[in-house]
Amino acid sequence: MKTAVIVFPGSNCDRDAAVALEAAFGTRPAMVWHRDNELPDLDLILLPGGFSYGDYLRSGAMASQSPVLRAVKEQADKGVLVLGICNGFQVLTESGLLPGVLMRNANLKFVCRDVDLVVDSTASPFMRGYATGQQVTVPVAHHDGNYFADDATLNRLEGDGRVAFRYAAHDNPNGSARDIAGILNERGNVLGMMPHPERAVDPKLCGIDGKAMFTGLVEALVPTIMEG
Amino acid sequence: MSAAAAASEAIEITPELAAEHGLSADEYALILKIMGREPNITELGVFSAMWSEHCSYKSSKVWLKTLPTEGPQVICGPGENAGVVDIGEGLAAIFKIESHNHPSFIEPYQGAATGVGGILRDVFTMGARPVANMNALRFGSPDHPKTRHLVSGVVAGIGGYGNCIGVPTVGGETEFDPAYNGNILVNAMTVGIADAGRIFYSAAGGPGNPVIYVGSKTGRDGIHGATMASAEFDQDSEEKRPTVQVGDPFTEKLLLEACLELMATDAIVAIQDMGAAGLTSSGVEMASKGGVGVELELDLVPMREEGMTPYELMLSESQERMLIVLKPGREDEARAIFEKWELDFAVIGRVTDTGRLVLKFHGETVGDIEVAPLVDNAPEYDRPWEPTPKSAIIDTDDVAAPNDPMDALKRIVGSPNMASRRWIWEQYDHMVMADTNQRPGGDSAVVRIHGTDRALAITTDSTPRYCLADPEEGGKQAVAEAWRNLTAVGATPLAVTNNLNFGNPEKPRIMGQIAGAVTGMGAACRALDFPVVSGNVSLYNETSGEAILPTPVIGGLGLIDDLDRTTAVAIPREGLNLVLVGKTKGWLGSSLYLREIESRADGAPPPVDLAAERRNGDFVRGLIQAGRVAACHDLSDGGLAVAAAEMAMAGGIGADLVDTPEGLALHGWLFGEDQARYLIAAEDGAAIVAEAQAAGVPAAVVGQTGGDALTVGKTHTISIHELRRCHEEWLPSFMARP
Repeated sequence: MKTAVIVFPGSNCDRDAAVALEAAFGTRPAMVWHRDNELPDLDLILLPGGFSYGDYLRSGAMASQSPVLRAVKEQADKGVLVLGICNGFQVLTESGLLPGVLMRNANLKFVCRDVDLVVDSTASPFMRGYATGQQVTVPVAHHDGNYFADDATLNRLEGDGRVAFRYAAHDNPNGSARDIAGILNERGNVLGMMPHPERAVDPKLCGIDGKAMFTGLVEALVPTIMEG
Repeated sequence: MSAAAAASEAIEITPELAAEHGLSADEYALILKIMGREPNITELGVFSAMWSEHCSYKSSKVWLKTLPTEGPQVICGPGENAGVVDIGEGLAAIFKIESHNHPSFIEPYQGAATGVGGILRDVFTMGARPVANMNALRFGSPDHPKTRHLVSGVVAGIGGYGNCIGVPTVGGETEFDPAYNGNILVNAMTVGIADAGRIFYSAAGGPGNPVIYVGSKTGRDGIHGATMASAEFDQDSEEKRPTVQVGDPFTEKLLLEACLELMATDAIVAIQDMGAAGLTSSGVEMASKGGVGVELELDLVPMREEGMTPYELMLSESQERMLIVLKPGREDEARAIFEKWELDFAVIGRVTDTGRLVLKFHGETVGDIEVAPLVDNAPEYDRPWEPTPKSAIIDTDDVAAPNDPMDALKRIVGSPNMASRRWIWEQYDHMVMADTNQRPGGDSAVVRIHGTDRALAITTDSTPRYCLADPEEGGKQAVAEAWRNLTAVGATPLAVTNNLNFGNPEKPRIMGQIAGAVTGMGAACRALDFPVVSGNVSLYNETSGEAILPTPVIGGLGLIDDLDRTTAVAIPREGLNLVLVGKTKGWLGSSLYLREIESRADGAPPPVDLAAERRNGDFVRGLIQAGRVAACHDLSDGGLAVAAAEMAMAGGIGADLVDTPEGLALHGWLFGEDQARYLIAAEDGAAIVAEAQAAGVPAAVVGQTGGDALTVGKTHTISIHELRRCHEEWLPSFMARP
């Protein structure tokens, strides 16, 4: 089982992500520096939260042009799983791996709090630990999480079952279109989400509702390795 | 000679120019004596910065010396970049609080942001990874036209910096009072964790060793920031906007990681951040502490702008910069690390054995000052002071009883100073680093020590209205409340950092407040074994002659040995006994009740019995550490009723409180602010009361948990829903007012 966390200058949830991955997979992820042009063979790549390159220009915009992102795209094209959390989601939309954009929160303020999410689609390896319609509580912490895409794109995402999580109707923290909190690419191997599942894997901290994502990924990936 | 050097020497030094630099006639005379000649403009700038109140503590030092600073837990007390205490298992906590009051009033976003950036650097300079930020904020009246602009800018600035660098902002306090209309207070605190055997200090050493500059380039921002922070404001303060620095948290994040990477090697001799007075104070302090000289080639400093003069280079307060003395021959190794993080790196000088600060610019000497007298002969004033007149003690019988105590409670929990601060702390990432166990809103923030089941508890406290009425009792109370807040989560209090915010010390009345508050703080710190290991002083917080309330802020740090044995304020379930620990007399002088319900701000504040604080607190902590307490809250602003209401609101479970005990008035019982008290929720209330009596600790079962309302004596009741509505509504609607 090989996992990696991509580290950009300004990433600040890289350690949190590594701790969650190690707890679930039992092995430490590789920490890959943004200048690396090549990636080893991997089963899962995680783009962590933070402020890559200071989020200057636009959140995620400069990271999407970094050398390592070309390598991430190649791996994604081969079907390797890619999970982008918070700033990682912003990098995925900026790089075109996921459709749409993440705009400034509707109230223009940074928001950090627990939010209620509803599991919309379990049809991906990321979501197999969850049940459709399940409500979970996971924290958010972002300034630019207001998901937007044109109606045709939103309809297609919904029609194809590519909305992984929505904010519960009463609990949209940023004004996202159709309460979208996380989406998949067409192939289902790239997930971007604003909430932080890696912060919700310990009952002494923010609860454990994020844990199912990591245990689900372990279940999804272990057979692959056995077969391989 | 270069043009700039020539220009710098060409400026004629007059007593008027010295006065413009904030130097008195006597101070300028002393400079002439030390130099043995007239200083040039660069040298004058160096003296002006080093002898500013901000850098020299010249008015407060005589009082600061009276504070206790030692204890078995103390690794490093005041005098370094931050204080260091032992937290066991080979680790140390490094922490400090610092003000950025003046810049935040002029430019709230950048002022507050660079306040956070500065205190973070103070902590990681010493080898710690910062793990938590806290703050203590004071704003003017909610009715003042500037208040919302300042609240909004300061909160965004604190969040903007802390969120980006990825250090959680886990708590703090915010108050409003007209006395801060012209001088807001922004005090920022950082706590970091380091290997106890690898603490980095600032004493330069080893003549010939290279002095290197790392971080951002130097620009013209913040020149004279330290001098500005050492003077009163007047109508023209807006014109000082260019002296406010501009922060870049992204660069600081890179600087943090690069410094920690370099610190993992053994290449560093000494390291010091460039904060107030920039290259001047870092260069001088490193030389002074090491008893050596430093020679700097100022033209090698990485510059953001063309044509900068030696004077500007020495006094710039550009952010995110560090000065490092390396072991000889380690430059390439260090350079590689800083280049990896895409930061500037330049060898700008060397350590010498001359004991002099020598400044060169394109080969010419543009400054030459003996370091020892510059530091040791810095002025120190025992300024005249007047004791604050004692306020009359208010008899509870002389205060009208409320018609409806629950209506009074509603007004208090919804008042500007008690309303929920959720609107503020939801703009701070308080969970990044994934170790936040107790979030903002409780008695103390609790942050797990990464990779262990132990934790640090952190609080910031001050009650300025008590300090105004009686600085000495107020000083004691600030320390006692911090100690209680740590105790209330089950932590063993370790040490404090303090931020003394006062008006103009040249006024005997203000100096009397400083003397009183420091005396009270010292007494409390001694009695509670709670030494002061770091701190900051901010004076001249006056505008057009109006001073702020005396505001000595205490940042307290405690240690929790087992995260399974900690408590929070939320009532977790029904059927628990509520036990009030500590003696209640019903003290209403200087209370919130008096202010919010009776519109009176008078009376002696509650006296602090330090022996009772210690006895009661040790008893409560013992119960928590034995796993016998389900919830705990210290009693402070608003007394018993507010504590019970906050516990009910946090847990969503109500409580029935008993009727007013014999001999007390209803409002004294519910809203009195007697000190040394805690309200705890526990299974075995009767047994706890019996044990308390045996230990000489007053305690009584005063209620039960349950239901969805707070009830007193079966007659007065208010739903949690209604309490929450009042408590949560004020701040967001205030900030959203058209």
